[in-house]
Amino acid sequence: MKAKSILINYLFVLPAVLIFGIFYIYPFLKVFQLSLMEWDGILPTMQFVGISNFKEIMTDKIWWDSMWHAGYITLIALTFQNGLALLLALACDREIKYGNIFRVIFFIPPILSEVVVGLIWQWILDGNYGILNNAFNAMGMHSLVRNWLSDPKTALTCIAVVHSWKGFGWGFIILLAGLQTIPKQLYEAAKVDGADSWQVFTKITIPLMIPVFSMVIILTILGSMQVFVLIISMVGQGLVHHTDVPVLRILASMTGSSRFGYACAQGIIFGLVLIIISFTQKKLSERIKQA
Amino acid sequence: MRGKNERMQAGMNMKKSFLKCFKSNFYFLFSIFVISTFLTAGCGGNSEISKPAVTISVWHWMTDRDNAFNELAKRYEEKTGIKVKFELYAPSDSYTQKVRAAAQAGTLPDIFGILAEKRDFASFVIAGHVANLSPDMEKDAGLWKNDFFSRAIAVNEFLPDNEFRVTPGIYGVPLDVMNIQMLYNKDLLKQAGIKKPPKTLEEFLAMGEKLKALGIQGLVSGWGEVWMIDCFASNYAFNIMGEEKVMRTIKGEVPYTDADWIKVFGLFKELNDSGLLANGIVTMVNKTAEQLFANSKAAFAFNGSWCVNVYAGMNPNLSYGAMFPPNYGEFPMKIWGGAGSSLLVNDRSLVKKEAIDFLRWLSSAEQQAYLSEVTKNLPANKNCLTKISPILSDFSQAMEATTHPNIWPVHEFPQVIEAFDKSIQSIIIGEKTPQRVAEEVQKIKERELQKRAR
Repeated sequence: MKAKSILINYLFVLPAVLIFGIFYIYPFLKVFQLSLMEWDGILPTMQFVGISNFKEIMTDKIWWDSMWHAGYITLIALTFQNGLALLLALACDREIKYGNIFRVIFFIPPILSEVVVGLIWQWILDGNYGILNNAFNAMGMHSLVRNWLSDPKTALTCIAVVHSWKGFGWGFIILLAGLQTIPKQLYEAAKVDGADSWQVFTKITIPLMIPVFSMVIILTILGSMQVFVLIISMVGQGLVHHTDVPVLRILASMTGSSRFGYACAQGIIFGLVLIIISFTQKKLSERIKQA
Repeated sequence: MRGKNERMQAGMNMKKSFLKCFKSNFYFLFSIFVISTFLTAGCGGNSEISKPAVTISVWHWMTDRDNAFNELAKRYEEKTGIKVKFELYAPSDSYTQKVRAAAQAGTLPDIFGILAEKRDFASFVIAGHVANLSPDMEKDAGLWKNDFFSRAIAVNEFLPDNEFRVTPGIYGVPLDVMNIQMLYNKDLLKQAGIKKPPKTLEEFLAMGEKLKALGIQGLVSGWGEVWMIDCFASNYAFNIMGEEKVMRTIKGEVPYTDADWIKVFGLFKELNDSGLLANGIVTMVNKTAEQLFANSKAAFAFNGSWCVNVYAGMNPNLSYGAMFPPNYGEFPMKIWGGAGSSLLVNDRSLVKKEAIDFLRWLSSAEQQAYLSEVTKNLPANKNCLTKISPILSDFSQAMEATTHPNIWPVHEFPQVIEAFDKSIQSIIIGEKTPQRVAEEVQKIKERELQKRAR
């Protein structure tokens, strides 16, 4: 009877286990298997090549450059995007006029399609007929006029700024929600004790917001390292390799060179890098929290 | 304590009643399942006897032709009773991924197209996904095959002793042909005091200054989609060193550091230095280039014959002509061209014969004329050329001077192609010299040759 009962209990969880196994575990293991193969993605036969795909990645300069590019975009997002999100969240946390309208406006960019955002900004930054260059010309700042997306000095920064513009709404909403959980009594008590605004911010707001900052940072890192749709819509297949990011390199290996095994190996390495960054960031946050 | 026991007892009772209910329902549901299986199996048997209507499933990526395809499918159904279901998947990148995934899963439709290099086409054939159409094409002294431009067939053909070891044969039905040329805006050239389009590169470069002085962009093209750079460079490689030397380079017998190749790379520097290349051409997608040319913002464009339809939609009053890229070498200029889009029959299709019959009907003169009229593309069937517009006629006259990597006997490594195209971008933005680019491309070529030798 007991065995039957256990069996029936397992029967109930079986669909969930099957779905998880088929759609998560199997593809995960398959990626590992394919990373050890040379396969064009079409032929039924694959050639086992051991770890040679991983060895090749280690010496693939374009791949590691693309990792740095993603890191640069992430750095801009962590500073500019999250800084802007925090400032706006602090402003909207106060009882200001039309606060709800501002909240809605700030959350519009994240809900727009990346392709649409990319194309709009491509139009703004266009070297020939772009609004930005026209504005600089109108203001007499001719030295600033340039081909923003075709100049290696500015292309990646433009992409990073547009990515931050599109993404700051998420940080804004999460940070605002975090700010609103801080009891108002703490601020009132601090004021009674004679603390000024800066002291209130550094001694109350920041320490209590550390778990929220941690979450926003993790989400920003994961979102920014994996950006690619925006890049395709802004610079097509890229400006030489100056705007390449890891996901675009994986796509290029898979569909451009038909090297599925190499692409899977790149995917594994990229996943490992993301895990290491996330883990390090989590540990750092915990230390700061304890301190 | 008592309350806890009562709750436990209640829980046990609930579980028991649930199990009882489950058991009785299970048997009930199982009975229904068995009965319905028999019933539906019976239905299936009956429908077999009454011969259900055949439906041919077609996957394609051609957004501009979807309505025309559906209209033709309707006409075919009226004529034969066979239903043809066209399914559009766009953009082309997504379509390519869908077809690859379907090939891996064995769920390809009866008819489909592939957007890939010859190497991948060969893999599809070797994997048994594509039917060899040679027996049908060659039947009755090649009646069907002879309807097409030879270049259109060549793209879909594997010759004996091909490097991919594919059984020789024709594996696709071309729907239209295309070639990629240069276009010039007649009004803008007139405005700049240029009486006729340039014949030589020297004449072309000299026009850069004149156009720049008038604030007119020179050449626009979708070089942000790097394959168009490859196409332009390949035109000049044939022009500067001839086909034989290009093929020897691909085989690895001539290095990319050869003086002729440096001249090919140097051409892009000259074009850039003369001010002929439009601002931002390295990241310009072809749609932007088409908008600039159609709106008379640029004097020249490098684009394919599909542009006739695009320009007609963007600016019906645009006055333009087609020309070969200006001459720079001693050998004949070869432009890219051949089958624009082709459809293949799934070798594992249950309605293979019907699918082949439909493609034969679709590629016949009447249907091709309709497709050409509606979509303004060059028909693959040469028997209906009389009904095309003058500008399309200009394009069609160049068909005999076309070539395409898919019909070359040897094929370059994808890694080398990527390095080649990206390096040209770096020349245009003034980052690298032609000499340095040649060395870098050759280094990658040697690496890939070594890998293949291993």
